[in-house]
Amino acid sequence: MRITQGAFSFLPDLTDEQITKQVQYCIDNGWAVSLEFTDDPHPRNTYWEMWGHPMFDNPDAAALMYELAECRKVYGDQYIRVVAFDATHGWESVRLSFIVNRPKEEPGFRLARQEMDGRNQRYTTISYAVDKPAGSRYA
Amino acid sequence: MDGDDSKIVQGAERYKAGVLKYKQMGYWIPDYEPRDTDVIAVFRITPQDGVDPEEAAAAVAGESSTATWTVVWTDRLTATEKYRAKAYRVDQVPNAPDQYFAYIAYDLDLFEGGSIANLTASIIGNVFGFKPLKALRLEDMRLPVAYVKTFMGPATGIVVERERLDKFGRPLLGATVKPKLGLSGRNYGRVVYEALKGGLDFTKDDENINSQPFMHWRERFLYCMEAVNKAQAATGEIKGTYLNVTAGTMEDMYERAEFAKELGSNIVMIDLVIGYTAIQSMANWARKNDMILHLHRAGHSTYTRQKTHGVSFRVIAKWMRLAGVDHIHAGTVVGKLEGDPATTKGYYDICREEFNPMRLEHGLFFDQDWASLNKLMPVASGGIHAGQMHQLIHLLGEDVVLQFGGGTIGHPQGIAAGATANRVALEAMILARNEGRDYLNEGPDILAEAAKGCSPLRAALDVWKDVTFDYTSTDTPDFVPTATASM
Repeated sequence: MRITQGAFSFLPDLTDEQITKQVQYCIDNGWAVSLEFTDDPHPRNTYWEMWGHPMFDNPDAAALMYELAECRKVYGDQYIRVVAFDATHGWESVRLSFIVNRPKEEPGFRLARQEMDGRNQRYTTISYAVDKPAGSRYA
Repeated sequence: MDGDDSKIVQGAERYKAGVLKYKQMGYWIPDYEPRDTDVIAVFRITPQDGVDPEEAAAAVAGESSTATWTVVWTDRLTATEKYRAKAYRVDQVPNAPDQYFAYIAYDLDLFEGGSIANLTASIIGNVFGFKPLKALRLEDMRLPVAYVKTFMGPATGIVVERERLDKFGRPLLGATVKPKLGLSGRNYGRVVYEALKGGLDFTKDDENINSQPFMHWRERFLYCMEAVNKAQAATGEIKGTYLNVTAGTMEDMYERAEFAKELGSNIVMIDLVIGYTAIQSMANWARKNDMILHLHRAGHSTYTRQKTHGVSFRVIAKWMRLAGVDHIHAGTVVGKLEGDPATTKGYYDICREEFNPMRLEHGLFFDQDWASLNKLMPVASGGIHAGQMHQLIHLLGEDVVLQFGGGTIGHPQGIAAGATANRVALEAMILARNEGRDYLNEGPDILAEAAKGCSPLRAALDVWKDVTFDYTSTDTPDFVPTATASM
């Protein structure tokens, strides 16, 4: 399967040139860009691990692209996303987020059902990846 | 009626039994300077032949505040001058010699805080049936910060909605399940599953889907949530479906909303026809239960569409931001329903800005400070399709739900393919926009490029390429001459 989180998951994987343009767009808007990575892409897993802090004073997408190359060396078999943060009053949150690296195999999720009273069901979405301990997923 | 009718009658003369003109009673004060705490309304008045526009404006001020048709001595038991609404400005409407914009200021003490019902009972209460006017339309209101702060505002707001859904940087995509009536719960859930799995963020009940013989509401909720959860697991992405909890009583609505919550839904929906008080109650419920609240503006065109009589939708949008809904249908411009581009922009500004500067060309008559009330997500729905993506993004921006009902479910390759076509078109256009391309003019090329790798998009572009709804709008701004054409 292909996880479709982020703004551009329905397009073919972005090239580094395309990523650079998106990152520069964010920087030009005054947003702080950063990288986050995870081996558990559960849709409710909000806090992916941070690859350093958001770059608050960086004018050039090249700096982020350098960090992306470094991050891929270590976590190239995990999900990596670019996050752009806007500190403007009234927003103070993420403005754009998109996946820039995926594991070779994306195992996806299992939907567990618990039958409840009447016809109600309690649903649980479980990442297949987390059947293995952190550090050895996607190996 | 005696005396010089342009002068305010004072003292004992003023309260002598009988009938005075509204101007004489003190409802026309041309040198009045509105206070920061006043509520201001601008009405479009069409006086009966021979009725002086200033007198007509004074009458509107009177009838929407303290006056009755005759003088009453009991006025003297009150601080009348404070409670009288004051008409202070009358302008002829450009290019409409029989119509005038009347500006009226109301003291804050005339209104109960936090109650749209109370505000509207004054402002649009009796006055719209008043005989000396041929027609009356409430065009806009300036709501003072002191009054705005008595409301909770949108239960969730655009930013928190995006955080909860983990979706940033692009419009959200939805579709209304069709046919709107007749599907069983099981069949209905099929449409929801296909559309969400195919790439939409939301599906939606239509305004008149409640609990009919063909589908009991519980059936719909159960099957829809099965579909939502399956689609979520299939894509790894948060999905939702607006479960319409509109019902005959508040008790029924609460029961349905509670069941939606029990099933894990992240959003419920209501219709405008349930009334202002019910809307505020549901907004409170939504806030308490971490639920996004979608409002369908069912019924609004009965009073918003005609220019001379009724209430402008921009005013309804302001009331709904106060009342606390999270989503509101606000027009598409290019789709099948009424919507002049400039006027529609005005509605979107009201939903999304922290401060609306006066913009007469968008129909905004006043500066409006929203005092950090949450932003309200506008929804564009009705007769739109993937081939219009560049126009939609250009006209409506990024913080909007684009709803393609027919444009998803009517896709020749099926519902999931229809959803994929819309999502690919959207992502390709946002990517191009962010890259700095002239996406409005290059839109068709960008879509054609994206369609090379996506046969559902190719099929969508082919099927709907000639569909436009090219009619002149009735509700257009008065300050810029426009003939509306969808581009």
